Amino acid sequence: MAVGIKVLERKPLTWSERMYLPEIAAGLRRTWRLMWKPKVTIEYPEQRPPIPAGYRGAPTLVMDPNGREKCVSCQLCEFVCPPKAIRITPGEIPADSPHAHVEKAPQEFEIDMLRCIYCGLCQEVCPEEAIWLQTTYSITHTSRADFVHNKKKLYEMGGTLPDEHFKWDKKLAAEKHGNAH
Amino acid sequence: MSDQPKDDGLITINLDGRDVRCRPGANIVDVAASAGVEIPHYCYHPKLTVSGNCRMCLVEMGMPGRDRATGKPMTNPDGSPLIQWMPGPAIACGTKAAPGMHIRTTSDVVKKCREGVQEFLLINHPLDCPICDQAGECRLQEFATGYGKGYSRFEEQKNVKPKRTQLGPRVTLDDERCILCSRCIRFSREIAKDDVLGFTERGSYSTLTCYPGKKLENNYSLNTVDICPVGALTSTDFRFKMRVWFLKQTPSIDTETSTGCNTEVWSREGKIYRITPRQNDAVNDTWMPDSGRELYKQVEAPTRLKSFLVRGQAASTADAIREATTLLKSGSVAIVGSGRASVEEQWVLKKIATALGGASVRLVSRVGQGDDLLVSADRNPNVRGALVTGLISKLPEQKLTDLAADIDAGRVKTLLVHGEDLTAAGLTEAQLAKVQIVALATQADAITAKAAVVLAGLTVFEKFGSFVNQQFRLQKFVRAVPGPDGAADDLVLLASLLANLTGVSTASTVDTVWTSIAAEVPLLKGLSFQAIEPTGVVLDGSSFAGLPFVEGKSLRYDPAAVTAVKAG
Repeated sequence: MAVGIKVLERKPLTWSERMYLPEIAAGLRRTWRLMWKPKVTIEYPEQRPPIPAGYRGAPTLVMDPNGREKCVSCQLCEFVCPPKAIRITPGEIPADSPHAHVEKAPQEFEIDMLRCIYCGLCQEVCPEEAIWLQTTYSITHTSRADFVHNKKKLYEMGGTLPDEHFKWDKKLAAEKHGNAH
Repeated sequence: MSDQPKDDGLITINLDGRDVRCRPGANIVDVAASAGVEIPHYCYHPKLTVSGNCRMCLVEMGMPGRDRATGKPMTNPDGSPLIQWMPGPAIACGTKAAPGMHIRTTSDVVKKCREGVQEFLLINHPLDCPICDQAGECRLQEFATGYGKGYSRFEEQKNVKPKRTQLGPRVTLDDERCILCSRCIRFSREIAKDDVLGFTERGSYSTLTCYPGKKLENNYSLNTVDICPVGALTSTDFRFKMRVWFLKQTPSIDTETSTGCNTEVWSREGKIYRITPRQNDAVNDTWMPDSGRELYKQVEAPTRLKSFLVRGQAASTADAIREATTLLKSGSVAIVGSGRASVEEQWVLKKIATALGGASVRLVSRVGQGDDLLVSADRNPNVRGALVTGLISKLPEQKLTDLAADIDAGRVKTLLVHGEDLTAAGLTEAQLAKVQIVALATQADAITAKAAVVLAGLTVFEKFGSFVNQQFRLQKFVRAVPGPDGAADDLVLLASLLANLTGVSTASTVDTVWTSIAAEVPLLKGLSFQAIEPTGVVLDGSSFAGLPFVEGKSLRYDPAAVTAVKAG
């Protein structure tokens, strides 16, 4: 069954409305009243709005406090990303790297900010807590290619975040220590 | 035990209260699977011996009781047979179906068994699924979700074992992930006949290793990666390249030999990442050689032809075809076809030979050492296709000495070459300089460098078609990825040449070409491309039984048996 259509009848204008001037006065009265109320707009971009907690801005990649890139290129964010904005080229960490025990890291990591919808699913799905939505909301570039944030740019924007687990450091310690018994 | 003679030789067992008919002595894991009941298992593999060490397939089993004194069947008060259940659970993979057997796979005992086994397996298994290549096709992951407890009670240190061990040139081992199922050991011993793997140490220290001084380097080593239920054995080539859930699977055929191993091509967005075997119990079981897994590299090889050439200059498709037609029409043409071309291409090539007034057609033979398993001596996948379509009537030679003689005598002025390097087939530079060559190829080689016209074709991964393997089994392959810009489907190119030569428009897709094949080739009568089963269609090759085929015995092919049948 299709949705029924209800025809609303337009009421005819009252006598005072038809007189025009009383309505003009009412409008001016409203303007006068609002003029003395507190302002709700700001002078953007000189002034910036406060960012509420839990705000979802630009997705970025982060390092752990020891400077290790946390992303292991598991590609779960690439898989879960609804607009398919993420593109990862996985790679192996070279054997001479101090982080060789992590084995895997992205060779390239691209987020197309023209596609990104700031949903935060990438952050939610990340098993390594490597991708975080920051508070950056104003992303402007002069070409479409620049909107594809590469790995370098993503780490620049992301910086370092505190870590609670140091999961891979524990793994390395266990590897060096060998079996407990 | 088959004391229930039935007309079809099957017996009845009771699976979770449901009667299931099966072969006497059949493995309970397989019987359950065919009845749609999954019994989780790690160590059991239908093509390997039973080792029964993972304990994941524990089920409850009972048999109808018999009175010891009288030998009569015991019954319940209601007259139904009294089932005497085993006091403890039994492994389904070590249990063979017997008449009246009762199996429970959903009881509380079984559920607890699975949870317990799963918990023990996960104790020392690293939780590095994000970096593990097996994630997405890992039995441990799947069964942890399906049958595990869902949480861990383990608080001690996990075991430390060697990681990133190179077992051989193509296989990397992570021992921490190994659950000691021994599938790889049994495969190496029983199928590859190269017994190099084994466990050392005891208990939780048990470690999979190679025999000292040896390597897992036989041509079947990557099958151990396929059958590894976890990410312990990984392919060095595919390692960290792409997660499997992004990959699309396309059925294909291994083109390296006439065995015609059924394969699965895994690709994403037009790029192939790996090739794995596809089960076909009549051809390759669940195995394939390592050499066939690297064939995808030809798709993006640096020598790949990506444009049409007329006398070394890039040309449009239309110009190249026109020039090729002019050359072919100039007369004195000889055709060198290919045992690597599909049945459809060979058929159109045959039509071209006919249109040229019966131009001579030769194939180039490639013979290597067979390994009695899945690499046969004939390294052309489709010589029998050329016989069936009538492109050739006798087996090809390795050296084209008669063609060389024809060129020297001036009887051949133009060559149409389909994907063969004639310098390798014994033709000299001087002889090739005497002829105009139209080459249809995928890779640049000595011939395309000399050819007057080069038509860039597609690899087996980029087109549709079919091959006839050593068993005269017609098997089809399907396009996995699109071809590169600048190349065109071989079948379309050959069909346009044919159309130009005859002046009649002609079929140029596999489906339409099959209409004429089915009508004109006696052995393929009534068939169509769609009608070729995924496991292939066996053709009657008895009319070619007299030919001295080079293949020896392999996994599912015995030339002696074939000859004996023909003789009988």
